[in-house]
Amino acid sequence: MSETLPTQGRPEASSLRIVLTLCFAGVIAGLLLVVVYQLTQPRIQAYKAEQLKLAVEQVLQEPASYRTLYLVDDALTETLPSGALERDYPAIYEGFDADGNSVGFALVHGKAGFQDIVRVIFGYDPHSRRMLGMKVLESKETPGLGDKIELDLGFVEQFQRVEVPLRGVKVGAGSGDVHEVDMITGATISSKVVIEIINAAIEEWDARILAGTPTTSEAKP
Amino acid sequence: MRETTASHDFLRGIWKENPVLIQMLGLCPALAVTNTVANSLAMGGATFFVLLGSSLIVALLKRFIPHEVRISTYILIIATFVTVADMALEALVPPLHKSLGAFIALIVVNCMILGRQESFASKRPVGRALLDAMGTGAGFMIALLMIGGVREILGTGTFLGVPLFGENYEPWVVMILPPGGFLTLGFWLLGLNWYHERKAAKARAATLPVESHKEAA
Repeated sequence: MSETLPTQGRPEASSLRIVLTLCFAGVIAGLLLVVVYQLTQPRIQAYKAEQLKLAVEQVLQEPASYRTLYLVDDALTETLPSGALERDYPAIYEGFDADGNSVGFALVHGKAGFQDIVRVIFGYDPHSRRMLGMKVLESKETPGLGDKIELDLGFVEQFQRVEVPLRGVKVGAGSGDVHEVDMITGATISSKVVIEIINAAIEEWDARILAGTPTTSEAKP
Repeated sequence: MRETTASHDFLRGIWKENPVLIQMLGLCPALAVTNTVANSLAMGGATFFVLLGSSLIVALLKRFIPHEVRISTYILIIATFVTVADMALEALVPPLHKSLGAFIALIVVNCMILGRQESFASKRPVGRALLDAMGTGAGFMIALLMIGGVREILGTGTFLGVPLFGENYEPWVVMILPPGGFLTLGFWLLGLNWYHERKAAKARAATLPVESHKEAA
């Protein structure tokens, strides 16, 4: 047997040493990551909460205050069962004017777009059926084309006046109906996705919202 | 020997053995995230940090890592640094982190980084490994900026977000789409190869005697 070993003349390491090396490296790496996670998480969470707050205020057209409502056992409630984690329950946001009257609801919903999941937050008044605003929270749509659902102000601003349910129409092909949203030329799929997201969210939440929300206790300023 | 000088260890990665422009390594991030200069800077910075950190640890621990599991250990070390970079970017510059998407996490599988550990850091002293990592990291960053600069200027008419051409400029959208990455890299490689060939031809011509030079012509 004149074959050279893969270790090229090196003494082969014992299995124990191999296992110990990998375990040791794994433990050190794990510890380091735990430390960095603990250091960075508060900032990351605070930023996400701040972004959500800004988005809610934007799509509800700067309400005086708003509160978060969670869906627990198919009913909307302001308080979670004790010990429950916030992220495990779907939530919507209800805005109030200075006199404490409800101005509308903000819903977050998502759907697969052209590239990846598009997540949208939008505000609407369930009684007048009027939209209050729309903001794309997450999207990886094609730069220069699909990302116009975020950047094209003409498209975004339409969501402050149309009424639900929405219907997408090609630019110039609309009849002036209050349900019509002009889609973006070159980003038809992405703009259609936004419209579908809003319609689906309303279909899912409308009955629950109209069935009644808990009486106001303490709305966030 | 020339190879052992410190400046050679550092400069090699920047020019002669530039990871992207010469060795054609790490092309996935070089094409995917270079649609803006800011993205190129963030990706270049994160890769620089990971390369430097893992080269340091690999060079320090090379005696203790059994040959049979060296690749898995290197990957573990690289993955740790990548995760640290990922979390740090998300905490410090969230908008940039969002625009880089999955590509920060994918630094783990950048063959340029594993390649430097296997072929250099695991066989050299710590100081040289660090110089090599800095040179290669800087070379990668320069290549990313060369691609990102061209793509942002032509694709959106801006540089680092500052408009360059006024309102009448019609952006070449294709440049910020994937084909723009390939086109830009292709033109840079074309230019650099032309330069290298011309230099080599001049060097050859200078060494040839006059007679044979005429014959060759």
